[in-house]
Amino acid sequence: MIKKTLELVGEYFLLMKRVFTRPEKWRIFWKQCLVETVNLGLTSVPLIGIISIAIGAVLVIQTAYNIENPFIPKMYVGYMVRESLILEFSCTMVALILAGKVGSNISSDIGTMRLTEQIDAMEMMGINSANYLILPKVVSICLFNPILMFFSFMVGILGGWLIVAATGLITLSQYITGLRFAFNGYYIVYAATKMVVFSFIIVTVSALYGYFPKENSMEVGRASTRSIVTICLLILISDLMLTQMMLN
Amino acid sequence: MIYVDNISKSFGKQQVLSGISVQFMEGKTNLIIGASGSGKTVLLKAIAGLHNIDSGKILYDNVDFTGLDKKQQKEIHKQMGMLFQGAALFDFATARENVRFPLDFFTDWSMAQKNERVDFCLHQVNLSDVGNKYPSELSGGMKKRVGIARAIVMNPSYLFCDEPNSGLDPQTAIVIDQLISKLTHEYNMTTIINTHDMNSVMAIGEKLVFLYQGKKEWEGSKDDILHADNKALNDFVFASEMARLIKKPRS
Repeated sequence: MIKKTLELVGEYFLLMKRVFTRPEKWRIFWKQCLVETVNLGLTSVPLIGIISIAIGAVLVIQTAYNIENPFIPKMYVGYMVRESLILEFSCTMVALILAGKVGSNISSDIGTMRLTEQIDAMEMMGINSANYLILPKVVSICLFNPILMFFSFMVGILGGWLIVAATGLITLSQYITGLRFAFNGYYIVYAATKMVVFSFIIVTVSALYGYFPKENSMEVGRASTRSIVTICLLILISDLMLTQMMLN
Repeated sequence: MIYVDNISKSFGKQQVLSGISVQFMEGKTNLIIGASGSGKTVLLKAIAGLHNIDSGKILYDNVDFTGLDKKQQKEIHKQMGMLFQGAALFDFATARENVRFPLDFFTDWSMAQKNERVDFCLHQVNLSDVGNKYPSELSGGMKKRVGIARAIVMNPSYLFCDEPNSGLDPQTAIVIDQLISKLTHEYNMTTIINTHDMNSVMAIGEKLVFLYQGKKEWEGSKDDILHADNKALNDFVFASEMARLIKKPRS
């Protein structure tokens, strides 16, 4: 178990050494970045939007339900929703969701390319396949996911607003007052930093599991599952570490 | 000229290639033959630099490929083309984009120049009309031919073909064989083909290397193969009933 883990860590750093090299042609690299932004980033928008709107709404109901004390102003519902979304949901939870969607996509795509010798074909041409396939994904996802996080935050707030308007648990003005109460801009920086780190983990770890040779298509599927489990663990560990570093 | 000097390769405890030395003929079709599991693909991929070898040397025009750094190996890779067993076309690209792929990376040509070259290569493999189709829309034979077009687009000095006939009907297999042979002589490429198809051996084989259990068991020409007295080779060559009937002298 320890030997296997150390081997995997070694393979990871060897792969990263091949990934972070100068692209053969910058024009091709930027084109690939654009393609990956569409394939991996933009296609995640509807899923993140739906989940965020639902979570925003649920947070409002749960928080309002738990604030029974008449001495606690109702505007704290909006405040709690904002803080929950920005501090944890829109970055960590969204990253965990993306680990499943984007991570499995990358791992199985690269794994299939390995299995069908498409990666060998690139190497045969003298192309650094790791650099061509993985670096554009790293760049596009690390740049796009903080935007996705901000989108999730805004849609979550909207979800809360919709449920407030629909149910009247609190008044809209109380909700909006809460949203604007004691806003700390640093939290946006904190959340965006976390998201960049999580995105890096999602892309590089899933690529690692896909890149190395597989014997059959079942192995590609298993590698994809293992990559998601590893990514989730690494996200939670790095969440803890980053929170300790940035909020203490 | 490609010269393989005493190379060995193992995967874990399994020895796949043991002390193989072969000189492949320049500008000819060289065939590596042998039963499944004899180490043909591993040998071909080792020669092409896709597998690291445990010991020995691989010389391209007297330059030791195994002793070169990645950058120098890459320069030699640019002189190679390879047709993979399943063609290995990029699923994300059309046939035309697949053929153009190396040109995009390694030339500064204009799009018109690249298109001209792509058209020429697709014409060479008689596939001028499928350029805009994706690999999933092509038949097995078409995929192989696009694979050949991609392999020759950079005008390589060395062409490697891994089981070019696998999964093809006999007629299409002959077409692919003839195409590879024609291109080899037209462009004076040193071609190495892996196969266990005796039709290919007799049709296009100019130099034959027979592998048996990871070792070179025999080498010679197609004229020698029918009269060789090597038991493993004879078992392989005359495995089919038809081959045995041909061998049997008429009474």
